[in-house]
Amino acid sequence: MDQILTLFYENREFIFLIIVSIFLGIEVISNVPAVLHTPLMSGANAIHGVVIIGSIIIMLEADPTNYFALILGFLAVVLGTLNVVGGFVVTNRMLEMFKKKDKK
Amino acid sequence: MTGILGNSILEICYIAASITFILGLKMLSSPDKARKGNLYAAYGMGLAIVATILFKEEFSSEKTLNYVLIFAGLLVGTVVGTRMALKVKMTAMPQMVSFFNGMGGACAAVISLVEFDHVMHTGEFDLGLMIVIILGLIIGSVSFAGSIIAYGKLEGKIGDKAFPGSQIINILLLIAIVGLGGYLASMSVPSSTLLYAVLGISLLYGVLFVMPIGGADMPVVISLLNSFTGVAAAFGGFIYGNQAMLTGGILVGSAGTILTVLMCTAMNRSLANVIIGSFGGGGAAAAAGGEQGTVKEITATDAAILLAYASKVSVVPGYGLAVAQAQHTVHSLEKALDDKGVEFTYAIHPVAGRMPGHMNVLLAEADVPYPKLLEMEDANDQMANTDVVLVIGANDVVNPAAENDPSSPIYGMPIIQVLDAKNVIVMKRSMGKGYAGIENELFFHDKNRMLFGDAKDSLEKLIAEVKSL
Repeated sequence: MDQILTLFYENREFIFLIIVSIFLGIEVISNVPAVLHTPLMSGANAIHGVVIIGSIIIMLEADPTNYFALILGFLAVVLGTLNVVGGFVVTNRMLEMFKKKDKK
Repeated sequence: MTGILGNSILEICYIAASITFILGLKMLSSPDKARKGNLYAAYGMGLAIVATILFKEEFSSEKTLNYVLIFAGLLVGTVVGTRMALKVKMTAMPQMVSFFNGMGGACAAVISLVEFDHVMHTGEFDLGLMIVIILGLIIGSVSFAGSIIAYGKLEGKIGDKAFPGSQIINILLLIAIVGLGGYLASMSVPSSTLLYAVLGISLLYGVLFVMPIGGADMPVVISLLNSFTGVAAAFGGFIYGNQAMLTGGILVGSAGTILTVLMCTAMNRSLANVIIGSFGGGGAAAAAGGEQGTVKEITATDAAILLAYASKVSVVPGYGLAVAQAQHTVHSLEKALDDKGVEFTYAIHPVAGRMPGHMNVLLAEADVPYPKLLEMEDANDQMANTDVVLVIGANDVVNPAAENDPSSPIYGMPIIQVLDAKNVIVMKRSMGKGYAGIENELFFHDKNRMLFGDAKDSLEKLIAEVKSL
């Protein structure tokens, strides 16, 4: 029990941030029209690509002789970049079509 | 550069990135700002990546290899990702999103593996850290395996496979994951073997979780897995005390969950029903009892006459239209009929295509003017004074069974009430079933005529006939 309480207390700021972010996420998209569901899902998909920061940190901290960490870290950077770049480009392609129509 | 200056710059960049994520998501929910919002979030992401490389650690020459590998990874990912994203057809968008989502999940899982290895080397076992590493691994790998299966299903490479008892197996696997994960976190010296066991079971669970879920529910599943990856990214943020990862991940986690619920509402089903219901398997049995009536065909010439002398025509587009790449052709038909003074609208079901909003994107690609796209409620209101409804490659979204057959798997889903119109013409390749795999009694109805053939060919014939009148 004490262990769990300590865990909670040490991370109270993060837990606070998480709770506020949850409500923010709900609030931010609650009025989205059905037309934009697909691009929104795709855009959100690109944003969670922020996980790439973690893979870069791995690479920065890895011991240059630890090949296990280097190889997996490299793999993580590639995967994360695919998520970020692919996600944003695909979303942009979808939204480009909405823009063309606005001009007319 | 590290020190207090470098660290401060780094944190400021992270705060800026978090702001762009929030603004980006916000702007993505309004049609005229959406594109800008996406670009803002992309700039924010770029800033966070560059700042991490520059300011997180002091550059030292013995780590040259690390930096080379980072840049190589970024380059490979950018080139491959851009190529895939630019080459994919608009109809294949849902599976592309699913694929990229899987990559993010895999990235989170790999981070957990490396961090576990790191902890094993340093010997600093902290309960909180272990919990976060294990949760990141579980959720990341479930999301990865599930997304790849969803990708394969939408590509048509993997069929729906529901086998008896799959629910029980899934629940047992889930209990095993939680049990083993909890035990692993509480061990005084964690075991690598156990970690790989958790990884294996999580991957298996991801596969079995998506496998029995039928095609029509795939968008909901992708949206759900999208929020899973968001949560996995947030656990990564916990590992490194990184606020940008934490806010970005949690935002997507909660926004994705709400989006999933919104999609379920559009189909009038509960999330539990989608996950446990295993649509694809159960549907076929329920539909087998329906009696077969007679189907009346119509020729392209007759259909064209019907259309040209109508005063109001409405089109219900479905995935079949997109597969035949006929969105431009239908727009030509719209113009041809417009010249004859026929009022032409599109009735868009919220889940037409493969994902909510997918059909709007496809029609926008063909330059169909925005005001002609009616949402389902408006379209249904106008249905009674519509002369001809042209159903092109749509099936389940116009199936009356959703309203009058409680045994139907799609019972309760709102539909476009095409039978309120004076005439219905269904354009289809064959008498095949829709994505939900059930019979459609609309085809046998008195008011309905069938025009068989590839949607694009049939439309071209219609245009030629209309123009010659």
